[in-house]
Amino acid sequence: MSILIDKKTRVVVMGITGGEGTFHTQRMIEYGTKVVAGMTPGKGGLTHLGVPVYNTVAEAVEKEGANAAAIFVPPFAGADAIMEAADSGVAVIVCITEGIPTFDMIKAKAYLKSRPASLIGPNTPGVISPGKCKIGIMPGHIHTPGTVGIISRSGTLTYEAVQQVGKVGLGQSTAIGIGGDPIVGLKYIDLLKLFRKDRGTEAVILIGEIGGTAEEEAAAFIKKEFNKPVVSFVAGQTAPPGRRMGHAGAIIAGGKGTAKEKMEALEAAGVRVAKSPAEIGLKVKEALK
Amino acid sequence: MKIHEFQAKQILSQYGVAVPRGEVAETPAKAAEIAQRLGGPVVLKAQIHAGGRGKGGGIKVAQSPEEARSLAEKMIGMTLITHQTGPQGKRVKRLLVEEALGVAKELYLGIVIDRARECPVVMASTEGGMEIEKVAAEHPELIFKEWIDPSAGLAGFQARRLAFRLGLSGETFKQGVRFLSSLYKAFQASDASLAEINPLIITTQGGVLALDAKMNFDDNAVPRHPDIQALRDLDEEDPLEVEASKYSLNYIKLDGNVGCMVNGAGLAMATMDIIKYSGGLPANFLDVGGGVTEEAVTNAFKILVADQDVKAALVNIFGGIVRCDMIANGIVKAAKELGTKIPIVVRLEGTNVELGKQILKDSGLAFTSASSMKEAAEKVVALAK
Repeated sequence: MSILIDKKTRVVVMGITGGEGTFHTQRMIEYGTKVVAGMTPGKGGLTHLGVPVYNTVAEAVEKEGANAAAIFVPPFAGADAIMEAADSGVAVIVCITEGIPTFDMIKAKAYLKSRPASLIGPNTPGVISPGKCKIGIMPGHIHTPGTVGIISRSGTLTYEAVQQVGKVGLGQSTAIGIGGDPIVGLKYIDLLKLFRKDRGTEAVILIGEIGGTAEEEAAAFIKKEFNKPVVSFVAGQTAPPGRRMGHAGAIIAGGKGTAKEKMEALEAAGVRVAKSPAEIGLKVKEALK
Repeated sequence: MKIHEFQAKQILSQYGVAVPRGEVAETPAKAAEIAQRLGGPVVLKAQIHAGGRGKGGGIKVAQSPEEARSLAEKMIGMTLITHQTGPQGKRVKRLLVEEALGVAKELYLGIVIDRARECPVVMASTEGGMEIEKVAAEHPELIFKEWIDPSAGLAGFQARRLAFRLGLSGETFKQGVRFLSSLYKAFQASDASLAEINPLIITTQGGVLALDAKMNFDDNAVPRHPDIQALRDLDEEDPLEVEASKYSLNYIKLDGNVGCMVNGAGLAMATMDIIKYSGGLPANFLDVGGGVTEEAVTNAFKILVADQDVKAALVNIFGGIVRCDMIANGIVKAAKELGTKIPIVVRLEGTNVELGKQILKDSGLAFTSASSMKEAAEKVVALAK
């Protein structure tokens, strides 16, 4: 089992004719993802990578039955792409684009309030349900189908966790990068709710990092309402305050958002917190004993 | 992105925010000339990107143009040390010379993005002149907040509510409301991530002005504001960080001696953490980007070896779909070109990982291979000792 995406997912790639869009669409198709359409304004009518290209997402939904959108557009067009996808009625939107201004995201999220789409990202590697569907830029081959759900604010650190899970003989139900920006779509709690209902998920890895309070909010939710084992690692235990650590959202501001606070909150909620990033896999194995 | 106080005041005044009359001086003669023009006592304020200037001797009052000149002679070129500059301090290149005002009351105003509520929040407090974090910890009841609906902006009733809570009345109340709405307009229009007026003053005549002003901007939005981008002051940044930013690398200099080069911000932070966990201290944060390229690896190498504090370095690349032989070639090429002498531990993951390791081994350079993060961290920490 899995959450958000599976074999029935039909993807329209926004920005399919660009460099990144082309490269990763090819990888998605190779993985077995049903990429049913592409969208680039002004390139409607073309066929790219064997996929029909439309001028609007609405056409891709109407003509090809797309129910998910992958976004590979430049940063200043990112929020608009999210709104177009939401307006067209797709259920899942995965925004890979990095560098979308915060105010643009505030507007896009306000726009999403009255529309039912689930947004993943922006600034995310995407989402993968191994063996079924991959929407994003993560290396498909390191994943194996299994029972561990992964939720992370990071990209390559998620791959590290995926590989460790594989090394202890387990696999993933679904792995989701929620994005490294201050304002993102689905957050830990939204996804924990989906994993709670998913009978194919037996444990969850929550990978956090400095900045904001999303991990603390997740800890409060886990304590009260989540009964599957959770393993966590919080990156940035050695990060200096006031500096942005690569991700737009990874910053300790006004003394708030430290790894220490987050790890303590998670521990207090009964989460198995790994102090070293090398222990994530082992902790999951332990949790499932 | 950060800017100076005088730059923040220039931006704010364009949106109608009231600020004291003043100009910037880079020489003592100019300071005297500005003081002459302003008439009466003036305040000389050192312009550096750090708070706590007053305590460090970076803010002085002059009663006359002559005094302004002699004070400026001491201040321009001084190294100012505050709790935010670090022990090495910052060199003062220019002063903001402003009219000195009679202060009846010091208040606080600030706007930031509330990440949990996904909107801007305007904060006001009667406790001006203090660090707001301290007020929040000791007297949270003295901080008043209004969350902003981005489609409406700061609504009139919200500005009035804040002004009433600050205890303003009469003409001062009207000025306060105007000040608040102008400040919010400036914040939104310039894609700021912080606008802080501390203190906001009520003068003895009942005027409302920004005595100090601090603005930071959303780095993602700066490219669409060329006027703001032009305000970046490279002298305020670490030279290696400036160099790294030219290559679009995320680099932050730290205090330790174990250098690291990693692809992806989260893995880069985790690598720093595991270096500490293994008994060492990271010398830097360096993210070459998730989809690492040969060019990025070469440039990152230049930054790494230019840091004299680095005694050993860890390269941790989880390439995934990126080919390890390509990365290994990049590392070998850069190391040969730059003639690095420090020991380097390399941990590669991705397609063709065995081929990548072979390339490193055959290079004849001082590389140590590691298969896991744990092994890599332990090896590099031992080598740095």
